[in-house]
Formats: sequence, structure tokens, C-alpha cells
Amino acid sequence: MPKLKVSLLTGRTIDQGKGKEMGKLSKEYLESVVICQMDPNDMKSLGVKENTNVKVVTDFGSVVLKAVKSARAPHTNVVFIPYGPWASLIMNPKTHGTGMPSLKGIPAEIEPAPNEKVLSLQNLLNQFHKEGQP
Amino acid sequence: MTVITGVTCPVCGTFCDDIELVVKDNVITDVRKACAMGAAKFLNYATHRNLKPLVRKNGELVEASIDEAVERAAKILADATYPILYGWSNTSCEAIRVGLELAEEVGGVIDNTSTVCHGPSILSVQDVGIASCTLGQLRHRADLVFYWASNPWDAHPRHIERYTMFSEGRFQKSTWRGYLSRLRGIVSRKRFQRAANLVLRRDVFAAPEVKRRLPYSMFQKKRKMVVVDVRKTRTAEAADYFIQVEPNKDYELLQAFRMLIRDEELDVDEVAGVPVEILEEVADIMVGCELGVFFFGLGLTMSEGKLRNVDAALNLTRDLNQRTKFLIMPMRGHFNVTGVNVVFTWQTGYPYAVDFSHGYPRYNPGETSVIDILCRDEADASLIIASDPVAHFPRMAAQNLVKKPLIAIDPEVTPTTLMADVVFPSAFVGIETEGTAYRMDHVPLPLKKIVEPPKTCLPDQEILQRILQKVRKLRRNLN
Repeated sequence: MPKLKVSLLTGRTIDQGKGKEMGKLSKEYLESVVICQMDPNDMKSLGVKENTNVKVVTDFGSVVLKAVKSARAPHTNVVFIPYGPWASLIMNPKTHGTGMPSLKGIPAEIEPAPNEKVLSLQNLLNQFHKEGQP
Repeated sequence: MTVITGVTCPVCGTFCDDIELVVKDNVITDVRKACAMGAAKFLNYATHRNLKPLVRKNGELVEASIDEAVERAAKILADATYPILYGWSNTSCEAIRVGLELAEEVGGVIDNTSTVCHGPSILSVQDVGIASCTLGQLRHRADLVFYWASNPWDAHPRHIERYTMFSEGRFQKSTWRGYLSRLRGIVSRKRFQRAANLVLRRDVFAAPEVKRRLPYSMFQKKRKMVVVDVRKTRTAEAADYFIQVEPNKDYELLQAFRMLIRDEELDVDEVAGVPVEILEEVADIMVGCELGVFFFGLGLTMSEGKLRNVDAALNLTRDLNQRTKFLIMPMRGHFNVTGVNVVFTWQTGYPYAVDFSHGYPRYNPGETSVIDILCRDEADASLIIASDPVAHFPRMAAQNLVKKPLIAIDPEVTPTTLMADVVFPSAFVGIETEGTAYRMDHVPLPLKKIVEPPKTCLPDQEILQRILQKVRKLRRNLN
């Protein structure tokens, strides 16, 4: 399976902003945050098409998201994921003494994962947080 | 049907105060002048909320009376030795004041969302100082606007329209018409590109040409906008010039500008992926402007260097003030994140990450900040208000948060309320209850009450007051 080393950015998008106001359990929110915006040439080199699932792996975890073509390329080897529970799974919690985790410019690896599913919010909470409850 | 004018929008840090709402039978039926986020909030806030307090029993969240929920929450906080009280940026200053009283009473750590937002900017401002102003000044006078590592088109949708490029200032004209014609050009170019690709069956514009000169519009005597970012955003498309910096290289670029402003020479061909000729031309435009401003976003605070990136930006502004007039302002995210820093500071002396465990306020971000406390797994309970850390904290911090007793006060259903042990559904500040909030430039504005809240949804301030009273009673009995 081809892999690509990328720099991972997270941030706001207008769809994520709108989606969160429609409700964190809404379809609009889910669709706005389970995406990974990629450079079309990077997608070509990985052999993934629009809406194919990809696995993004960092030193802190991995998550499956839908690859979408970035509307404003080129940004070779830079991918963008909107803020949300999915992006948070692979963020760097180290604050380097500032209180601020590193949420942008994180080294990551990305690979096609056509057979893996994007987790629903409830499944994500069950899988990663439920066992921690008192 | 009533039309309510001059409503403040409780969404982003731009905190627009010109919204018009149409209200019929205690329901908001139409929104005017708001952006997509504001309109989505005013029209959908009531569709996804808890109406009754919830308490976790045998692993399930079940409905409870407000008194029962207050009792349980107070017990959790009174029993805890090092609780976290986190959130606050989406509520009113009045509620935040009660929260600080509660934090002092329980000897916990109170922190707000700036810890994962502009916290490093605050640290940097404490180190270097800041030359800033109110947004009205910039609307009327700024002729060179930089958005550095910030994307207002998506995160603060009306910022450009209300305060910078598209606003009609007394001394600076709106550039809206110019943008429209440029947008038409961009759209036609994209159409032509698609058609050419289809006809020639190849990507004709695949390799972008490297620009060695600034566009003509940058030398015209009019208001100009420059965007510096790691990727081309919609804001960048609206700018007169876009500088694409390599990820984690903002510090180098800012320091390069400092050198150029001081007439020093750079011995390299490019800095952070940008040719030096371009930087020299941009530096000339900076020095030549009448009033310039840097609006900077989380691209500086969240990437490598963090507060040091902001140090460099603040120092660049200071250097520029030797040659012309320049100002700088962080693009604050939530509508009252500035207010929470203000209230924290006037009550405790510190803007965020305040630790009351010694009986007096201590402040040491990196030690008393919520992410660090959670990653060290030191907190033994938490109260989260008007925030969703389960969704937005890195995994390790969120896991350590939910494995200890968790109290959530939030009008909405969020991943945090789903994982909490006690949930208080509150009234929406700025829609169902009034209060005060601070805009990103530290201007306090009132939040209006537009409609009546459901009877079971109390304002944040009242819920906190009740918990505080109960905690005091429990602690008195213990002593």
C-alpha cells in the first residue's frame, strides 16, 4: 500500500462552524469534520479518489477519514483536517511548557484505507473514551 | 411578529452587533445580516438540546431534578482535592465571575479555552507588550491589512466586511467592487482551465509559475490586504497578495521581515519558501503604509515555536513603528474569550490557567494549564461549562478527563455532555438570557435576551450560584 509523508494542519472551516451550530450530533457536523483535504496531485500519487477513505497516522494515534480534493491547490504534502473529535484523536498533546498542545504542522503519514470505515461519533466515544468512565 | 434590531451574535470573536431577528410566538423565524454560523445558531439552537438535568446512574444518564443534579455536582466538587473548572468562553462575564468564586471555594484550577487558542499569544504579550487598538480605528484608517496565519473567511466570516477591506471607512474606501471583479476573473480562469483540461486531456495549469514580482494592485494608493498562510484559503483568494509560507516556518519569515525593515540584507535566496525579492518588496510596502495592522491567528500559536512566533510578530510591529504606524491584534475565536481573560485578570491577577489549590491564585502555564494537568492525570474531578473538550482536546487529555467524575453545564448536546456524570442544560446566553461579553478588541457589549428559555433551563450564572451555595454548605458541615 503506498504511503505519503505529510504535514498535518487542523483548523476551522465555515462548514464545520455551521455544522457545530446545527448540533454536534447532526449529519451536517459529521460530514463537515470527517474529511481530510488533500492536494489533487498527492491524491493521484496515493491512488485515492474523492471520498475514498484514508488512514492518517501520527505518533499519537490514527484515524480513518474521507479524502477530499482541496479547492485551492497546490499545497503538496500538506493535508488539512477540520477541528473535531476525529482530528483530536491524532493530535500532539505535548505543550512544551506553554499549556498549548501542537495542533498544526504535525508530521503524519497517510495511506489509502478503502476497506476501513469512518467511525460514527457514538462509536468513537465508545471505543476511545467509554472504558475510561468511572 | 416582532423584529428585534441591534442583536449581538454569540458565536465568534468578531461579535457582530447589528443582527436583526424576526421573532414570532417566542420562536426566532428569520435572521438578517448574520453570517452562515450566526444564522445556523439563531435558527437551530433549539433543535438539539437537553431539556432536563441528567445524572449518571448505573452507567446511564437519567433525568433528574435540578436539586438532585446540584446536590451531586456539589458533592463531586467538595470531595475532590484538585478539580478542574474549564470552558467559560461561550458564557457571560457575570457567570465567569461566579465560576471564579467557585474555583476559589473548592481549591481547584480554573482555566479557559484560550489555553488551547491564544494562550501563547497572552504569554508573549506579557513578555513583549502589544501595540493595539479598537476595531473602529482600523475600519476608518488602516490602509494595509495583514491576516497572518488566520482565515477569517471561514472562522470570522464578517470580520473583513465589518472592520477591514470591505467596510466603508471615513478615510479608507471599501475594496468590495475590486474584489468582485477579481473574483469574476478567478472564476473564468477556473472555467477555462477545466475546459482546457477536458479538451487537451491533461492538466494544463498543473505547475504554478513562480511569481517574482508583486501584482500591480499592491503598488496602487488604496487599501491593501496581504494574507500569509501555509495554504491558500478563501481569505487568501480575496487578498491583493498571498504569501505561502512553509509549515512551521512563520518565525523565520517574521524575523526576515524584521531584518529587512532595519535595512539589513539577507544572504539567502528564499526564506520559508518565499523568494527574498518578494519579501523586500512587501517590506517596502509595510514601511510605506500610513497605518498597517497584523491580524494573527492560531497558525502562529499552534505550530512549532508557539509563543516565540507571536514574540516575533509583536517585535516586528514594534520595529515597524520606528518607520510608520503599525498595530497588531489576535483573532480571538469565541465571542467572549476576550471577556474571560479580562474577568479572570481583574479577579485573580492572571488571564487563564489559575490554580487555587494553595488557597491563593497561582499561574504557571505549562504546569497549571488544563492540558498539562490532564496529561499528568492529576485532576480528580472536573466541571466543564460552555465548552466541548472531549471533542477538541488531544486524545490522552480527553481520556483522562472522562475517567474522573465530570460535570457539564451546556445548553447543547455535545460529546462532553454525552460522557458527563452530571449534565445541566442551561439557557443560551445571548438568545435566552442576557449578559456581557467582550469583543476581540476588548470592547464590552451587551448580550440580549430574545426569547424565553424552557423553564428547566436556568442561566449559567444561576446554576453556578446554586452549586456554589451547596458546596459551601457541604464544606461547612465537613468542618
